[in-house]
Amino acid sequence: MLSRVADSCYWMSRYIERAETNARLLNVNMALMLDLEDADTTSVKRHWEPVLATLEDQELFNELYDSVSAESVMEFVTFEKKNPNSVFSCICAARENARTVREQISSEMWERLNTLYLYLRSEQARHDYRQAPYDFYRSIVDGSHLFQGITDATMTHGEGWDFIQVGKYLERADSTSRVLDIKYHILLPHGEMVGGNVDLTQWMAVLRSCSAFEAYLKIRVGHVSAWDVAEFLILHPTFPRSIRFCVDSMDRAIHRISGSRIAGSHNETERLSGMLRASIDYATIDGIMRGGLHEYLDATQLRLIEISDALVKTYCEWLDGGGRAVA
Amino acid sequence: MFTDYDVGGFFDEMFTPAGEVRPHYAPLLERFASMEHSEFQRKVAMAENSYLSQGITFTVYSGDEGTERIFPFDLIPRIVPADEWAHIERGLEQRLTALNMFLHDIYHDQRILKEKVIPEEVIRSAKHFRPEFMGFDVPKNIYIHVCGTDLIRDDSGQYLVLEDNGRCPSGVSYVLENRQAMKRVFPRLFSKYPVRPVDRYPQELLSVLRYIAPGGKPDPVCAVLTPGIYNSAYFEHSFLAREMGIEIVVGADLVVENRRVYMKTTRGLQQVDVIYRRIDDDFLDPQVFRKDSVLGVPGLVDAYRAGNVALANSIGTGVADDKVTYYYVPRMIEFYLGEKPILPNVQTWLSAEEDDRKYILENVGNLVIKAANESGGYGMLIGPQATKEEIEKFRQAIIADPRGYVAQPVISLSRSPSYCDGVIEGRHIDLRPYVLCGEKTTIIPGGLTRVALRKGSLVVNSSQGGGSKDTWVLDSEDEPLQFQSQSRTP
Repeated sequence: MLSRVADSCYWMSRYIERAETNARLLNVNMALMLDLEDADTTSVKRHWEPVLATLEDQELFNELYDSVSAESVMEFVTFEKKNPNSVFSCICAARENARTVREQISSEMWERLNTLYLYLRSEQARHDYRQAPYDFYRSIVDGSHLFQGITDATMTHGEGWDFIQVGKYLERADSTSRVLDIKYHILLPHGEMVGGNVDLTQWMAVLRSCSAFEAYLKIRVGHVSAWDVAEFLILHPTFPRSIRFCVDSMDRAIHRISGSRIAGSHNETERLSGMLRASIDYATIDGIMRGGLHEYLDATQLRLIEISDALVKTYCEWLDGGGRAVA
Repeated sequence: MFTDYDVGGFFDEMFTPAGEVRPHYAPLLERFASMEHSEFQRKVAMAENSYLSQGITFTVYSGDEGTERIFPFDLIPRIVPADEWAHIERGLEQRLTALNMFLHDIYHDQRILKEKVIPEEVIRSAKHFRPEFMGFDVPKNIYIHVCGTDLIRDDSGQYLVLEDNGRCPSGVSYVLENRQAMKRVFPRLFSKYPVRPVDRYPQELLSVLRYIAPGGKPDPVCAVLTPGIYNSAYFEHSFLAREMGIEIVVGADLVVENRRVYMKTTRGLQQVDVIYRRIDDDFLDPQVFRKDSVLGVPGLVDAYRAGNVALANSIGTGVADDKVTYYYVPRMIEFYLGEKPILPNVQTWLSAEEDDRKYILENVGNLVIKAANESGGYGMLIGPQATKEEIEKFRQAIIADPRGYVAQPVISLSRSPSYCDGVIEGRHIDLRPYVLCGEKTTIIPGGLTRVALRKGSLVVNSSQGGGSKDTWVLDSEDEPLQFQSQSRTP
């Protein structure tokens, strides 16, 4: 497959996943705000700042907006064209990538993504956003799910599909780690021990941000604690948004692309991905907490970035980097 | 919906001058006559939505943001009876055969110049003539593999050739997509007409590409070379690649080594044997043609010369669709084939010829003036619709560069009923059939009917407010299945 095509499949998938994450985050936060008892400026600010922190976009936000409010943050994360990570920008970027590989992906995939794009540009989207924000965000999440489902059902599960899988799971592992990291820090009352008591509602929100609330409750019946939530979101082997599950799936796709055995590694991408997978396989929540949850999540994010860079270098930009591999 | 329809003194595709429906349009009229206006509007919206959601759009840039527009599609099809089509087909095949023989001759012995059928000066001064390819043998001796020849009908209904497009003719994807849209919107109408299918085009194109593979490679790697997603025809490039099941590449995906062309893939370099290029000669290779081209591939022409890669269309075909060369095509046909042209040219005056120039300069206001090397409706003046300043500008341009212009009479192009602003009115149309030349010559039954949607306009190009229609070529076996007694528009 053309290197450029692999690159576009990978980024198309990452951007769609990112749009979904952002939509989900806003939706949960919006719902939570209804539970705020005193909606004064300070508490509203405290409520929305974590969203910006999660997305690592505070600086740009401060350049563009005067103050942190529900309206300004939602606008910034949903429609702001100057924000490359807004839902709108992500869908545009995903579509631009899809356009360059239209002959590789199925028509159904393209039409799904294009419909989502046209919807976001329409007056109707603005109207829904104002009148029924819950449904609006839900429709974006659904759009992403539909796209991935259509991808599974209509595209050959070959190399291009594998690059889409790597993009999806890498992005998802990254966003789960961010949601967990930031929420943990912001929510942790000053001076409280890690793993101590925090607001139950807020931790349920963390779970909801990852669509993990129901799945979590099935395992920890009726009991929500920071420690357990962290364990669930990092280490659960089969929940599809846990970091472990995502890294496993990503690693398998990376090995399918190269055709090498799951335990071996032929190139830098496989080596880095395999190391991350193994370290999660043998991790315990106690060990993670001892070393510091924030430090652990931070390190995980860095390793994901390294894997992404290695993937692009190995398959997409190998010639420009002076590398040479004539098939 | 046709109650107030007026043929307006033009040749109308659907109605005779007396207002009688032509037989091959009768079932169509019957269907449309029974349709409420609101139903028709619903169908228009349905078709537009399907184009939009499929992304069959071109981008119009204004300000910082590009807006995507659909190429306007008119729901009333153009219908061509089998015998008319057979005539067109014979004429096109004859014409393309002569053009390919002409190109071979021009790049080899130049017999046609030596025998003074075409003045040497015409070729020497043609902008797209490539003297550096003199004596070069193209694969299978085919120069133009894909030709889009624009046909019009005059006020008697006679088909005339308006121009040949022998470089990178575009629009064929609309032929296929228009058909898809019509089938969705009017499924029942198709059961009344033996419409010949057009959907084999991509397969036919692929067999042409495979046929010209260097050294007759049995399983050649073919690719479509596009300028990229910002090109207005990108949708078409990607559409054709998808329908042929081959890669679409941009210049940056290709690299030349040891006079061979390779694509950069995730598994290393893979050799490419045939390139269907949708980039003009000028931008193909910055080492040979325009140095500033970022679209092309350095070394591509060298690989081509070495016979390691085939290009469709070949380099240097632009000399055949030059509008001065056009003037000589009927003579070419007689010279190479010893036949009379089946499809005549539109009468043309060359401003390079003294007598003609005198006539042109005296009559600019009554003529259509065309720049010899432009296409897409650019560099054109329609005298009767032009201002005094425009006419004077063209007069000066002709005097300054006589070789650069030709003139033709204003042809009252035939009209077809078209839906515009809520009513059905006659609009001028042309027809661009697509001719493929490989092991044999193949003509897709139909082609792109372009329609000038602006009232009174004679310019059908999409850049000038044109739209398109589905074109139905009927099978000879059985003409329209249900003939009603001829109905009459009141």
